[in-house]
Amino acid sequence: MSTVVVEPQSQPLAPQPTTPWKPTRKTQFAGAFSIAVVAIAAFAIVLLTGLAGIDGFGLTFLVVFLGATFVRTKRLNPKVRKDAMVGVAICAAAVLAFFPWMSIFVSVVVKGAKGLQPNFFIENMQLTTPDDELNMGGAAHAIVGSIMMVAIAAVITLPLGILSGVYLTEIRGRLTFLVRFVVQSMSGVPSIVAGLFIYTTFVNYTNSFSGLAGSLALAVLMLPTVARTAEEVMKLVPDDLRSASYALGARQWRTSLMVILPTVRSGLTTAGILGIARVIGETAPLLLTSLSNNSYVFNPMGGPIGSLPTYVFGLLQIGTENSINRAWTGSLVLMLLVLVLFLTARYFGGKDNR
Amino acid sequence: METLKQGEIKVVQDSQTSVTTVSASQTTATAVRGLETKNVHAWFGKHHVLSDVSLQFPERTVTGLIGPSGCGKSTFIRLLNRMHEFIPSAAMAGQVLQDGQDIYAPDVDAAAIRLKIGMVFQKPNPFPAMNIRENVLSGIKLAHLQVADHDAIVESCLTRAGLWKEVKDRLTATGGSLSGGQQQRLCIARSLAVEPSVLLMDEPCSALDPGSTLRIEETIKELAEKIAVVIVTHNMQQAARVSDFCAFFLTDGGPGYLVEADATKKLFTNPSDTRTADYVQGKFG
Repeated sequence: MSTVVVEPQSQPLAPQPTTPWKPTRKTQFAGAFSIAVVAIAAFAIVLLTGLAGIDGFGLTFLVVFLGATFVRTKRLNPKVRKDAMVGVAICAAAVLAFFPWMSIFVSVVVKGAKGLQPNFFIENMQLTTPDDELNMGGAAHAIVGSIMMVAIAAVITLPLGILSGVYLTEIRGRLTFLVRFVVQSMSGVPSIVAGLFIYTTFVNYTNSFSGLAGSLALAVLMLPTVARTAEEVMKLVPDDLRSASYALGARQWRTSLMVILPTVRSGLTTAGILGIARVIGETAPLLLTSLSNNSYVFNPMGGPIGSLPTYVFGLLQIGTENSINRAWTGSLVLMLLVLVLFLTARYFGGKDNR
Repeated sequence: METLKQGEIKVVQDSQTSVTTVSASQTTATAVRGLETKNVHAWFGKHHVLSDVSLQFPERTVTGLIGPSGCGKSTFIRLLNRMHEFIPSAAMAGQVLQDGQDIYAPDVDAAAIRLKIGMVFQKPNPFPAMNIRENVLSGIKLAHLQVADHDAIVESCLTRAGLWKEVKDRLTATGGSLSGGQQQRLCIARSLAVEPSVLLMDEPCSALDPGSTLRIEETIKELAEKIAVVIVTHNMQQAARVSDFCAFFLTDGGPGYLVEADATKKLFTNPSDTRTADYVQGKFG
C-alpha cells in the first residue's frame, strides 16, 4: 500500500491576454527583413545591368520577390506556395494601381508647394502680373469665386437631389421610370454641354457672364451625382423602418422626413461631397458662363468672376515659369479645398448610427 | 329604403356565417367595442390567400392567432390596421370594423387608423437614427400629437413594456445598443406611447430568448386590462399562456381559412374540430 502524496498545487498563473491570430514581432521582423534583402538585391541588379530608373527597379524587385518566394516555399505544401505567390502578385497589382494616383498627388504637392505662401490666400492678381515673383499676388479671388459658385450650386442641387432620391425610393410615383432615366442620362452629359446650355439660356438672357451662370452650369452637372447617390443610400434603408413608422400612424412625408432621411444622414453627406468633388474642378463650363477675373467679385450677378480652375487654366496658357508655378499652387489648393470640405462634412454629417 | 334592405340582407348573411364567429362577448345588436372582421378575404394579385374570416376582438381581451406557416395569419393581422395595402398587388374583400366603424370605408384616413390600431413586428425595428427616449416618443412626433409631459410618457411606456429599470440610466443611448429582447420591448413601448386601442403583434417573440418572452407575455397581460391585443404565434404554449381566445387558421393548398375560434381553454382541451385537436397537440404543423 503506497501512500499518495498530494503535491501542493502551484498557484496557477493569471491568464495573460494574447492575440495568437496576429503575426508576432518575430514574423513581422522576418517579413520586413526579407523585403529589405529583396530590395537590396533588386537595387544591385539594376546597378549591374543598367536597367532604367524606377520602372526597372520595380520590375526587378517584383521578379526577385517572386523568385525568392518561390524558393522560400519550396518545401511547403503546394497550396501554401500558391497562396504566397498569388499574395505577392496581388500586392504588386495593388501598388501598380496606386502608383498613377500617387504620382499625380505627389507632383501636385511638390510643384505646388513652391507658391504656397500666405500671400496666395490673401491677395489677388489685380496689381500683379503672372510673371511676378511668387511672393506677390495670389488666388484669394479665385478661392472666393470657386467657393461661392460651388456653394450656390450646392444650395440648388442638394434639396433637388435629395427630393428626387425621396421620389425614386419613397414615393415611387408614376414618373419614377422617367425621373430615373433623366437622371441617368444627365450624368452622362459632357460638362461643356452643360456650359453651353447655360450660355445659350442664362448668359444670353442676362447678357453677361456671371457667378450665378457658373453656379447653374455646375448645378446641372452636380444634380445627377447627388440624386443617384441619394437614391442608392435610401434604397439601403430596410423596409422594416417604413413599416414601423406607418404602423405608428405616420404619413408618408413625415416618415421620409423624420425616419428615412435622418437614418441616411451620413450617406446624404457623402452624396453632397461627391457632387461637390465632381464639379469643383470643372473648367470648361465655367469658361462659357463665369469666365474669369483677376480681382474679387462678391456679387454672383456682378459680371465675370474668378475661380480656381479658370485661374489655373489662364496661368498655364501664359506659360512662363512663375505663371506655371502659380498654376500648380492653384491645383494644390483646389485639392486641399476638397479635402477640407470632405473633413468638415464628415465631422458634421456624423457617422452611421447603426 | 333599398339601402336599408341591403343592410338587412347583410345582417342575415352575417348571422348565417356566424358559425365561425367567436362568441366571445355576448352577441348583441350593438357594435362590438374593439375590433371585428366580417367575411374578410385577401389576395396578392390573383392569388387568393385568405378566405372568409369573421372574428371579433373585444376590448380587454387577448386573442391568439395560431396555425401553420402560410395559412394567412400574418396577412390577416396586417389587414386589421391597413398595413396590407402597402404591398402593391394586395387586394381585399369584406369589412373590418373598429367600434362599429368600417376602417376601409372610403372617407377613412388610413394613418389615423394605424394610430389607433398599433402593431409590433416579428423583427425588432427601433429607429436607428433615434436614441431610446426618442424612439419611445417617435410615434407622438410622427403623428404630430400634442403631449404635455414627455418624460412621464417615456417612463410610463417603458415601465409598461418592462424595460424601464434596464434603460432608465441610458435613455440617450441608441436603440441598436440594446439586446434583441430589449429592442422588441422598446418597440412595444413605442407602440404604447400613442395610446392605441388595439395592439396587433405579429410573432413578437419568435426571435427572443425565454426570459424576454416571459417579460413580453407579462406585458401583454397588463395591456389586456385596457385594450384589445391580437397576437400571432407559432408557439402553442405561448398561445395557451397569454390568450383568452384563440383562432385556428389552416390552408389546404388554396387560400387560408378559419377552422375554429373559441375560448383558449376550450380550444386547447375540447376543440370542436379534429384538425384543431391534432394541431394543438402537435400531431402536425
